[in-house]
Amino acid sequence: MTADSQWLTFLALLLPFAAAAIAPVLTKALKHNAAWILALAPALIFLHFSGFVGNISEGETLSAGYVWIPSLSVDFSWFLDGLSVTFALLITGIGTLIVLYAGGYLKGHEHQGRFFSFILMFMGSMLGLVVADSFLTLFVFWELTSITSFLLIGFDHSREASRRAALQALVVTGLGGLSLLAGLLVIWGATGVTSLSALLASESALRDAPLYMAALLLILGGAFTKSAQFPFHFWLPNAMEAPTPVSAYLHSATMVKAGVYLLMRLNPVLGDTVAWETILPVFGGATLLVGTLLAMRQTDLKLMLAYTTVASLGLLVMLTGVGSEKAVEAAVLYLVAHSMFKGALFMVAGLVDHEAGTRDVTRLGGLRKAMPITFTAAVLAAASMGGVPLFFGFLAKEEIYAGLGFTDGWTSLLTLVALTGNGLMFAIGFAVALKPFLGNKVETPKHAHEGPVLLWLGPLVLGGLGLVSALVSGLSHELVSSPMSSAVLGEPVTVTISTVPHIGMPLVLSVVTVALGASVFVMLERGRAAMAGILTAIGWGPDRGFDQVMRGLTRLSFRVTNIIQNGRLDYYMTATFVAVAAAVLIPMGLYDEWPTPPQLPRMPFYEWTVLLIALIGLGAVIYARDRLTAIVSLGIQGFAVALIFMLLGAPDLSFTQFMVETLSVVILALVMTRLRLSPTDHRPTGEKVLDVAVAGTCGAALGLMLLRVTQVPFNTELSDFFSQYSRVIAHGRNIVNVILVDFRGTDTLGEIAVVMIAGLAILALVRIRSVKPITENREEG
Amino acid sequence: MRTLIFRTVAPYLTSLMILFSIFVLLRGHNEPGGGFIGGLIAASAFAIYGIACGVSPVRRALYFHPMAISGFGLLVSAISGWLSLAFKVPFMTGLWTKVSVLGVPVDLSTVLFFDIGVYLVVLGSITSVALALEEREHG
Amino acid sequence: MEVALSFVVSVFFAVAIYLMLSKHIIRILLGVSIFGNAVNLSIFTAGRLMREVPPIIPEALPIPEAATANPLPQALVLTAIVISFSLFAFLLVLAFRAYQELGTDDTDGMRVAEPEGEPMPPLGY
Repeated sequence: MTADSQWLTFLALLLPFAAAAIAPVLTKALKHNAAWILALAPALIFLHFSGFVGNISEGETLSAGYVWIPSLSVDFSWFLDGLSVTFALLITGIGTLIVLYAGGYLKGHEHQGRFFSFILMFMGSMLGLVVADSFLTLFVFWELTSITSFLLIGFDHSREASRRAALQALVVTGLGGLSLLAGLLVIWGATGVTSLSALLASESALRDAPLYMAALLLILGGAFTKSAQFPFHFWLPNAMEAPTPVSAYLHSATMVKAGVYLLMRLNPVLGDTVAWETILPVFGGATLLVGTLLAMRQTDLKLMLAYTTVASLGLLVMLTGVGSEKAVEAAVLYLVAHSMFKGALFMVAGLVDHEAGTRDVTRLGGLRKAMPITFTAAVLAAASMGGVPLFFGFLAKEEIYAGLGFTDGWTSLLTLVALTGNGLMFAIGFAVALKPFLGNKVETPKHAHEGPVLLWLGPLVLGGLGLVSALVSGLSHELVSSPMSSAVLGEPVTVTISTVPHIGMPLVLSVVTVALGASVFVMLERGRAAMAGILTAIGWGPDRGFDQVMRGLTRLSFRVTNIIQNGRLDYYMTATFVAVAAAVLIPMGLYDEWPTPPQLPRMPFYEWTVLLIALIGLGAVIYARDRLTAIVSLGIQGFAVALIFMLLGAPDLSFTQFMVETLSVVILALVMTRLRLSPTDHRPTGEKVLDVAVAGTCGAALGLMLLRVTQVPFNTELSDFFSQYSRVIAHGRNIVNVILVDFRGTDTLGEIAVVMIAGLAILALVRIRSVKPITENREEG
Repeated sequence: MRTLIFRTVAPYLTSLMILFSIFVLLRGHNEPGGGFIGGLIAASAFAIYGIACGVSPVRRALYFHPMAISGFGLLVSAISGWLSLAFKVPFMTGLWTKVSVLGVPVDLSTVLFFDIGVYLVVLGSITSVALALEEREHG
Repeated sequence: MEVALSFVVSVFFAVAIYLMLSKHIIRILLGVSIFGNAVNLSIFTAGRLMREVPPIIPEALPIPEAATANPLPQALVLTAIVISFSLFAFLLVLAFRAYQELGTDDTDGMRVAEPEGEPMPPLGY
């Protein structure tokens, strides 16, 4: 990659965030028309990345980046091949349409600028995620998509359902993010590489590593939660609480595909093992069936689409897991097709909701005359979703059946699962696209008519693209499908499937799918009732489970807080000092570091006297029965300490201690005249015994530690340095003072700042006027 | 506390203590002493004056608010650290020069100014606390 | 000497902790003050003791003539004394103000920040 192109790519990755920063201001000035300008950002990035398509279709890969944290060998780097460029194009291409659509959909909303800002930030995160090369870049952008999607889902934060959905998405995908991080660290530990490009170049190093299974499971934890695989699927339909542009963008084309992206990206190094080819199809297949069956139950257009999205993601995971050349090609084709038709259908659902005032399919009908353009877009998208010939979805469906087939029992089972899923999705796709428009006109809450260009442009373009891209399938394959499949498989392949139906097993299965779908479509009402009955009978699902877990966590933390932080100071103090004693005594016991029993020291009598005075002072403090005794006793032990310093060659300390003790006594006297010192200790005897035990143990522990410290050899290096150089280079004969103001001057600067801050805080405390002064209780003295 | 003798002696005692504190501060680099001790002695001097004669004479005598003195001290210390940067040596490196005052050579150094800053911070903060508490006592 | 001081330090710690465990703020304050002395003495002792030879270089020599008391712990303790005094003064005023506002010197009665019987936080979203 040339320097110019590297710089431009870096700017392209930053552009969405820059656009997000100016979005609120721009929206304030231009109202909803700001969408036209903001959409330029993704459009420009789209153009930038389409410039790479030529080179990449010839089999090149590009990687570049900048050094981020050199000391940890962390880079901000990106890696462009068929997979990441296709994703980048989908994200920015659909992103452009979504920004325009949001301009119309949230027209006049008071927080439209905020919305633009969030969705552009999300776009930047998603873009960074798919082009990231180094593990850290990947993880950071992965987490950013979780956070920005939290903001988007909770956009309508005044509704509780919205808040719950946002939190749910954050918790589920956030846990997945942690799992991904752990997985990436395991991969790093197992192979020693920190970037995807290096990992892909390492061939089968990871597959042969003993930690392969751990890495696989952790990575799957991240991918399955992000891509809403059963049993983590529940957050995705709930996320439909978000405004429709969010659903159309995040929950069809981009964010939920991040998990699939990760699986596809790692397929060359993690795939081709028994575990991979079992776990992925099992979970994918289960998700496909659960998603389609639950979709039948719904009457809300968006929820129907949301569950089919879950199902589609299951299908993609299943195909990626099968891992044969045809299956991967099918996954690639289906992924591209799905991004287009699902985005379009979501936007249609939002458009119907926006114009008719409801998106309940049972309360809609006969809108084809009022909304002809929307109807066209809906039919185009549904045709692609149902796999009607001439549409891109048809190519995908043919390839799916070609990739699975009936070679053995396992693939036959998967084929049947795919067949059922596809049939049901066909039915639901057409239900969304046809039910609101055909039939007799139904009275809707709002008088429906065609929406503005901002609203219908997106679905029409995406729907039309599903047709056009299939008609020029040779070109689409050359530019997109083949390079992407090659990247996923890790070896060059060419996709050849074309729109002209050819006789064979896939075509037969396609016909069966359409037949199944058509019959379900006719009986949709009955199916819905049946599903509702079954779900009521089961009664419990992961969604309710989530509530139970969250409530349980709140209760648990409430109880734990009540026990650990019960608001009683003596409890905290006791706990702290018991812990201190344990921290000192237990290691000493474990490592047998007890001090050797000392001999009675030989000291002159005046030293004994000073120590005795200190002890007497301490005793007097404990037994003091009035203020004056307590203050005087405190002074005695303080002056005794000053004397100890004096005897042991520390005149500076001694002076300071004298002054401090004097001042302590003075200010204590000033304050204590107003405070009541209870003549006796009110503690009950049991408590006193406990306190004596704790204090005694803790004191003995610290004393023993000190004794042990003085018995081991002493390293005088630092002290010698100060003694040697105090006069020579710092021109001072008082070594203590030289250390304070010269050798360790910066420390002292910090310390005097602390003294000053304490002074300010005391002044503030004294000066605060009491709101309601308590004058009673005050003992005059 | 406000006996006649105490009130009469207090101003002289205070002046003597402050002179002593400056002496302790300046000799600190070579003999026991220094900014911390000097500051504490000076603060006690003002506290004694306050107890003897009331807070307002002390405030008048100080002229500046004690916390302002403290802040000024911190500034002096910080600047004497930064000064070394002007000579292209690391932060807090001591710089020394000799000047002649009335024919007597005197060592001047950033370290000395740093210690003076310490003295002012300790003096200001602790005097401020003592005065604030005494004010409540009499107020 | 180290042995005797280790013993004295452990008594200092024990008395300080015993006072800090009581519920009267004034006793806790006395405990904090003694605790500061205990910590200073133990740092001082850990740096080894030397009788009556302050770490000061004689006028005529570039380095100390003979072994002196260890200057490093002295420097550490000197600032620690001043800072523990600042902390003590702050706690004293804080205790005084708390007594004025709350009308009690018993820590069990000071429950403004963590009141007793707080209700469970809401379980919704």
